[in-house]
Amino acid sequence: MGAYVLRRLAYGVGVVLGVLFLLFVLFFAVTEPEDIARKALGDKAPPEAIAVWLENHGYDRPLWPWQDFEENLLFDHYRRMLTFDFGLSDADDSPIVDRIRAGAGPSLTLTVPLLVLGLLTAIPLSLVVAFFRETYIDRMGVFLCVLAMSVSTLLYIIGGQYVIGKLLRWYPISGFDADPMMLPRFLALPILIGILSGVGGDVRFYRTVFLEESSRDFVRTARAKGASEPRIMARHVLRNAMIPILTRVVTAIPFLFMGSLLLEAFFGIPGLGSMTFDAIQSNDFATLRTMVYVGALLFILGQVATDISYGFVDPRVRVE
Amino acid sequence: MMGIEAYVWSNAMTGLLLVGMLWAARVVRGNRLWREAASELWRRRRLAILVVGLYLGIGVADSIAWVGGIPEDAVGVLPNAPLSIIDRLFLDTREASYSAPLASVEFYGGKPLRHPGSHLLGTDILGRDVLYMVFKGARVALLIGGLTSLIAIPLALFFGVSAGYFGGRVDDVVFFLISTLAAIPGLLLLIALIMVMGRSTVSVCIALAVTGWVGFCRLSRAETLKLRELDYVQAARALGVSEARIIFRHILPNLAHLIVITFVLTFSGLVLSEATLSWLGIGVDGSWGQMIDGARDELSRSPIVWWNIGAAGTALFGLILAVNAVGDAIRDVLDPRTMRGSE
Repeated sequence: MGAYVLRRLAYGVGVVLGVLFLLFVLFFAVTEPEDIARKALGDKAPPEAIAVWLENHGYDRPLWPWQDFEENLLFDHYRRMLTFDFGLSDADDSPIVDRIRAGAGPSLTLTVPLLVLGLLTAIPLSLVVAFFRETYIDRMGVFLCVLAMSVSTLLYIIGGQYVIGKLLRWYPISGFDADPMMLPRFLALPILIGILSGVGGDVRFYRTVFLEESSRDFVRTARAKGASEPRIMARHVLRNAMIPILTRVVTAIPFLFMGSLLLEAFFGIPGLGSMTFDAIQSNDFATLRTMVYVGALLFILGQVATDISYGFVDPRVRVE
Repeated sequence: MMGIEAYVWSNAMTGLLLVGMLWAARVVRGNRLWREAASELWRRRRLAILVVGLYLGIGVADSIAWVGGIPEDAVGVLPNAPLSIIDRLFLDTREASYSAPLASVEFYGGKPLRHPGSHLLGTDILGRDVLYMVFKGARVALLIGGLTSLIAIPLALFFGVSAGYFGGRVDDVVFFLISTLAAIPGLLLLIALIMVMGRSTVSVCIALAVTGWVGFCRLSRAETLKLRELDYVQAARALGVSEARIIFRHILPNLAHLIVITFVLTFSGLVLSEATLSWLGIGVDGSWGQMIDGARDELSRSPIVWWNIGAAGTALFGLILAVNAVGDAIRDVLDPRTMRGSE
């Protein structure tokens, strides 16, 4: 078991290093620091100003180790990213760490309820659809899922803001208030729209999972022994489907912290999604690079954790 | 490339595409299994296939362009600009500003239009016919889905098949590459790639391909692993058939159904991603995503302008729904394993 855990951890570290290399190629080798400086300071900036800017941001070094082994951007990039020293934003020179700290809270207040309520909507719905398999209810359900999946998220958001926010005036169209009494009013609409735009794909996925489980031998045995159909769905199918459900939830974990780019930017929630959105609009490569890294890191952590816990639960996984 | 205009390339590509489709149709007719699958598909999803065909027809009509043949008094076009069939259908339909569907006066101000009652879906802020814009969007959407798949699928096949077939070191390297790319949240990688490569149709397609090929690479790797152990592959190897010949004769033909399924099922996802990118300001010019994005301000006008977003949204929804419906049916017809799962 110990060897398996170690191997899995080592692979995780390897992937982190791989991601960092990819980021270096994209953000340093392809887009040279000079270009970033020009985008930040404008095309007409004098060479001295660019030199100062490059020095402030730590970009005033050659790219590769073979150009200068002591002082190069590649090693510097690895050292800074691995010690979480993210440096300054390319757009407004503010420290990126502070902004991540400030943004994580609002993002979590949106994404955690969204994930939980989304699961609480999708799983019962897909159980119902799977329960009525091969009937009109099932076919209708699948058709509605495909219908819901075919609408662009943009349309859900714009339509939701227009109908619920502007015409019906149930909730404010956008905005954010950290006051816990006011917060639910502002979060209701983005959460509702987030659930709506994801429910089609989720229900279809969980339905397939449930159908796969319900064709297993132990389900047939339970049915032969006379267990009632709802009992089979709850005790035998749902329980055994927990592993694929968990896997899907784990892949969603990075998005809990990273926030939802679309929802946050449209609804004016000052989280990490909005921060990424602003970084795109202002050519802020340093922030964007950091966000990609943090997202990948969280994803890898989640993966390694699930793999190790599978290893504990299921001995077959360890041998591989 | 010097001296050859973009429209010539577009014409040539369209010609190649049509030849490719004819060739594919011939192959399907010539093989009993594919022919039966095709007629089963046609029986199940007639309407959806016709809808996809309609979009395809509009896209092709907008991809064939030539210079000349423009009347002298046409407003708003250069006399030597290459115009597609769709452009020629809507020649000289421009108005001054917004007008509602089938209106005879301008929406704000009420001045009479140049062509009263002829704009089926109204006109946009610059007075362009909305039906025309929607038709133009069909080509963009098909280009995004098609070009991206054309880049992503060969890439995924190359890495997936070689990893699965050769195993060992090759497999390790490919698997590491896949894990690395899969670890990066898709939308963020997409944004990073486009920002780094610059904003153009081709770079959007390349970025979508780079983020999208991983899933199919995994699938083709797993399938190749299974195929490699089958008796006829073993027999071919024992007879001394070369590796390349085994891959092309025995492995790839058995992956063909997966290629078709993946192509159709990822197509809609690609077009929807482009809509999100358009809203971020890094999409493709003339797409429905851009029309929807532009309509955000129009909904807060008073009285509101609804036909722009309505038309673009419906066109997008129609294409995605039809492709999704065809895709599900293709999967059921071509892949018997999922058939069993849904029973």
